Amino acid sequence: MIDRRLFIHFDWVLLGMVLLISAIGILNLYSVTSNGETMTTPLYLKQILWLAIGLTAMLVIAFVEYRYYIDLAYIAYISAVVLLILVLGYGIITSGAQRWVRVGTLTFQPSEFVKISLILALAKFFQRPSDRQGYSLKHLGLPFFLLCFPMVLILKQPDLGTAIILLLIFLSILIFVKIRLSSLITLGAVGASALPLVWMFLKDYQKRRIITFFNPDLDPLGAGYQLIQSRIAIGSGGIFGKGFMKGTQSKLGFLPEQHTDFIFSALGEEWGLVGCFVVVGLYFLLILWGLRIAIEAKDRFGAILSFGVVAMLFWHTFINIAMVMGLMPVVGIPLPLLSYGGSFLLSTLIGIGLLLNVSMRRYLF
Amino acid sequence: MIELNTQRMEDFKERYRYLRFFVGGAFFLIFVYLWYLQVIKGTDFRQLSENNRIRIREMVADRGMLLDRKGRILAANRPSFEVFLVPEDIQKNPETLEMVREILNLSPEEIGEKMKGLKRRLAFRPIKLKSDIDWDKLVLLESNRIHLPGVMLDVRPRRAYPYGTLASHLIGYIGEVDENELKQVSSRSYRMGSVIGKYGVEYEWEEQLKGVDGGRQIEVDAMGREIKHIRSVESFPGNNVFLTIDYDLQKVAEEAFQDKNGSLIAMNPKTGQILAMLSKPSFDPSIFARNITMEEWKALVEHPFHPLQNKGLQGQYPPGSVFKIVTAIAGLETGAITPQTQIHCTGVFPYGNRDFRCWKEKGHGTVNLHRAIVESCDTYFYQVGLKVGVDAIAHYAEELGLGRKTGISLPHEKSGIVPSSSWKKKRFGVAWYSGETLSFAVGQGYLNTTPLQILTLISTVANGGTLLLPQVVERVENIYGKRLKEYSTKQTGKANISENTLRIIQEALLGAVNEPGCTGGASALKQVRVAGKTGTAQVVRMAVDFKKGDMNRMPIKFRDHAWFAAYAPFEDPQIAVVVLVEHGGYGGAAAAPIAKKVIEKYFNLEASPPVKAEGNLADSIYD
Repeated sequence: MIDRRLFIHFDWVLLGMVLLISAIGILNLYSVTSNGETMTTPLYLKQILWLAIGLTAMLVIAFVEYRYYIDLAYIAYISAVVLLILVLGYGIITSGAQRWVRVGTLTFQPSEFVKISLILALAKFFQRPSDRQGYSLKHLGLPFFLLCFPMVLILKQPDLGTAIILLLIFLSILIFVKIRLSSLITLGAVGASALPLVWMFLKDYQKRRIITFFNPDLDPLGAGYQLIQSRIAIGSGGIFGKGFMKGTQSKLGFLPEQHTDFIFSALGEEWGLVGCFVVVGLYFLLILWGLRIAIEAKDRFGAILSFGVVAMLFWHTFINIAMVMGLMPVVGIPLPLLSYGGSFLLSTLIGIGLLLNVSMRRYLF
Repeated sequence: MIELNTQRMEDFKERYRYLRFFVGGAFFLIFVYLWYLQVIKGTDFRQLSENNRIRIREMVADRGMLLDRKGRILAANRPSFEVFLVPEDIQKNPETLEMVREILNLSPEEIGEKMKGLKRRLAFRPIKLKSDIDWDKLVLLESNRIHLPGVMLDVRPRRAYPYGTLASHLIGYIGEVDENELKQVSSRSYRMGSVIGKYGVEYEWEEQLKGVDGGRQIEVDAMGREIKHIRSVESFPGNNVFLTIDYDLQKVAEEAFQDKNGSLIAMNPKTGQILAMLSKPSFDPSIFARNITMEEWKALVEHPFHPLQNKGLQGQYPPGSVFKIVTAIAGLETGAITPQTQIHCTGVFPYGNRDFRCWKEKGHGTVNLHRAIVESCDTYFYQVGLKVGVDAIAHYAEELGLGRKTGISLPHEKSGIVPSSSWKKKRFGVAWYSGETLSFAVGQGYLNTTPLQILTLISTVANGGTLLLPQVVERVENIYGKRLKEYSTKQTGKANISENTLRIIQEALLGAVNEPGCTGGASALKQVRVAGKTGTAQVVRMAVDFKKGDMNRMPIKFRDHAWFAAYAPFEDPQIAVVVLVEHGGYGGAAAAPIAKKVIEKYFNLEASPPVKAEGNLADSIYD
């Protein structure tokens, strides 16, 4: 199974970009979380541990021939959903949301793995090609079910951000595998008319965030305050930034969730436009590189699988950065490889593992 | 080899161009906006971050008031002046600390203690140095404000209970929210340091009382002084909760109780509204409002008579002779006895290898049911108990609400125990002995009740068999006086007991207070006809070894509990009262006079001197 040629074709560029962004992530996390002494393990050390676990998982996943995953796709999907149900029953509640499952001393978020397993399941489903005009709505019953079941469970937690990501991954894949234009329009219309329903479904704090986005004056003590502080942080970085460990916004605790969702604001504050351009540029290259892997894949499964991972990375990156700059409502979507969070880092690196996998086998068959 | 599915891959290539374009566009948008934020607006933001300083000051909402049924304030808020330090500014101006220390008369150790916590905290978040400072200190701080950068003064509402310990168990207390509570409640409306109801009505009506906290977003200068007010959200006070109790009645009850321990509850037997509720010893809820000290807390928790317990619903005691009401009902309803059934009491009833004693050593002679209740003859009820059996008594006890919670909206209510043969089998794995039925019939043994249950029992007898939910809150109003909630009478059950039986019992209860030789004579009133039953619950068996009247020589903790449950007027009951005096001795002597004062007050009668009733103040002590 492991072929000498695999090493020749190994995607060193992709690995290089991922390692570079991860290193910047650790450095940034070190800067942000190292104010004042704490009793517990510093977060950046925990993140390094997770990074090591994640990189190992990534390599293991990369070296098992990806077509074996076709048979595992639905099993992976079902186990992820079962974990989600467990989380609703026995999950740990942090700040009002029930998202975590404890295994030994580690806690993890099953919703993270739902993303990967949904991509796998959809890749398996769309492996069978459509006719010339593309898929129409009547073909899409199972994929819709695959999306909606975990999405409802995740909304119940409640975790709006992850639910949105699932939806976006799904829609991206639909477009990638070619859905008929008429079906796309119908979907759009149904989606738009369902918005009021979705609104009713949202928790108060989620509604408040969306309203606040359109009118920050409405919640100057909560979400509005977060957004203002985040924009001040990024903007005050200027061209060259305030320097490593010198961000006042993050050091003085003005930034909300500064090590998770708002990590990019801390980066912008300390490294300025130059640093932001480098990091955003790296993400840009990573996503283009990923798209190329998808296009050059040798079979449908590989192509859709790698595209799904790219879509996940893209939406996370775009929404997170847009949100901390105030271009979008605050929805709680972390930034891949930069935000603190073990499960998220692990699921990102598993995704990258799948990308590496498809990439290095494009010459093999 | 697994098959390769490569059909229609050209679809993907077709999309590639658009996708690249889309991704490129999205990232272009990010780049442009970063440019806008960091280059074009960069200097503005840099300035904002340097002067830094948009901060948030909370404005705590006034907690809703608690009032009695006539609108007299039982819990309200008063302003408390608090001194805060902003660690970041203090570190820049260490001399401030010394000045504040002198003005507030704090020892260097106290300050050191407060400052120790600072390092781990966020530098700009104010830390409370001292709350509730005196007026003159406030003036001193205020006038020196310009020399005291980093010191913040704030006014916060503080809970005040104008009548101190009055009705403290009903009112309850508040305290700072703890970690468990933070996890349970929605995280938005409470933060560390927020106040939350912990006990009593303060706890049960938390949602209504809480109000909505507000805050101000302000800009401060480098010294931490407010220079610009940016935006604010006004706080909105909590709703006012009107209790069903009457302050005057409550006060009389508290005074009548003197320094005894126990519980008194009065209720309208037709509506279930609680008119007075006290538990002794009591506590002062205001000490919780200002953060109780370790010593105060220890003193309360380790107190031998449990001041933090509302004995009315958390204390469980054998009801003693009050329970004869139930045994009599069981006898009449099952047909085991009629009102005419006569039994001869010699003072001793030998059963098995034991002698079961009547409290009256010489015996009551031949008595019928009415006289047996009036004189509280134990022998009579031993025999009724034997005739109907344990399970029938248990059945009627449950019909009358014993053995389960009444459902009152107060925390930690206990359900008591009504034993039965199956209960004993389950609990101890052994069969019920018929000897135990004798104790059960006179309200002793395994049987346990809360005073509230006994109150429900006497009310149910008084109102003709309807079980009502005891309620402590009459209505909730917002600060503008608009009624948001009204609590109407709620029936929780209907005792399956014939009217005839209830009438016989009611008349016997009237006799137990008013007829010659009765045990409850100390509660008799001239103007209003009172009906009631005394009870004495044995704490230790050894009580019998002390001769009658020698109770005073016994150590207090072994003395019997005194019960009295009554209602008035007999013809049209408007008030039912239960009194339990822990280790008070005889119900007729210790509990009945207290109930009398409350009934007297309820009907606004002139207080009459305590009557030396012709009857017996003593009551049954079984063996």
